[in-house]
Amino acid sequence: MTQPLLADYFPILVFLVIAGGIAAAMVGGSLLVARQKPNPEKLSAYECGFEPFDDTRRRFDVRFYLVAILFIIFDLEVAFLFPWAVSLGGIGWFGFLSMVAFLGVLTVGFVYEWRKGALDWE
Amino acid sequence: MIAALAFYLFAAILIASAVMVVTARNPVHSVLFLILAFFNAAALFLIAGAEFLAMTLVIVYVGAVAVLFLFVVMMLDIDFARLREGFQRYAPVGAVIGGILFLELLLVVGSWSFADQAEDLRLAPITGDVTNAQALGRVIYTDYVYLFQTAGLILLVAMIGAIVLTHRQRPGTRRQNIAAQVNRSGSVLLEKVPSGAGIATLGIRRPPEPEAEKPKVTHEAGHGHGGHH
Repeated sequence: MTQPLLADYFPILVFLVIAGGIAAAMVGGSLLVARQKPNPEKLSAYECGFEPFDDTRRRFDVRFYLVAILFIIFDLEVAFLFPWAVSLGGIGWFGFLSMVAFLGVLTVGFVYEWRKGALDWE
Repeated sequence: MIAALAFYLFAAILIASAVMVVTARNPVHSVLFLILAFFNAAALFLIAGAEFLAMTLVIVYVGAVAVLFLFVVMMLDIDFARLREGFQRYAPVGAVIGGILFLELLLVVGSWSFADQAEDLRLAPITGDVTNAQALGRVIYTDYVYLFQTAGLILLVAMIGAIVLTHRQRPGTRRQNIAAQVNRSGSVLLEKVPSGAGIATLGIRRPPEPEAEKPKVTHEAGHGHGGHH
């Protein structure tokens, strides 16, 4: 429990605590200080384009899902790039070419989706 | 001391939110608690020294997978009241199956034995001189190159599968043709206007015609200048 790594993250912990404190202060302050005169119209949720009284689940166009899944795939690709970038000095040409092959495989998929028009939004 | 405190805090929140994932009535709330659980798991990874895994968990799972889960939950239009309709009729069968699974789990866990070096290997990812990401990078791309390339192929299959399953060419929709749009010329007038002269003096604006036409014409002339300069 005494890694130097954790000391580097201590400011983030401090920020988390401060952020939580500020959020609690804002909500609590408006609860304590503000005048509360609720009526049903005020209390109803304001949402753009959605009925306020409705189930939260509604059918989406499946194209949103396609965009999300393509995003995940390239997100993972980038996640593989980080350790490669920091250790490139030690793994030599083999490691470099192995990543090039990996990117090549995914570029095949990228060309496929581009040609199929999966990136267009009609 | 702070690390131990943080560990117990994050572990407690993790377990509480995991319980909420299972018990929340609304599946959307379940997914939101799952996101909270991911965040706390990332903090636990950090405390254990697995820096890269923690960041990957936040980027990939919170940023992408949880959003995907939300999409799935919202896309499946499930009526849970109807789903629970035959609950009492099917409860005994379900209880028997659950009991068998529980017994099997007990058998597996009961015969579990830790390896001798497990206690020493517990903190093995933290090597002394290199960071976590660097230690991973030294082995992923060279020692485990086949697994790495297989991961790439799996991503390719996922990409092609998602496109094949969900991409439809809808007939009758109009697509944006960027090349044609950029090449378009002749219909837009570009004119250098001396400042303060006004567009009427240059003869760009058409002469005032009947009353009804006038506001539209001035609007178009002004818009053409503002937008295409």
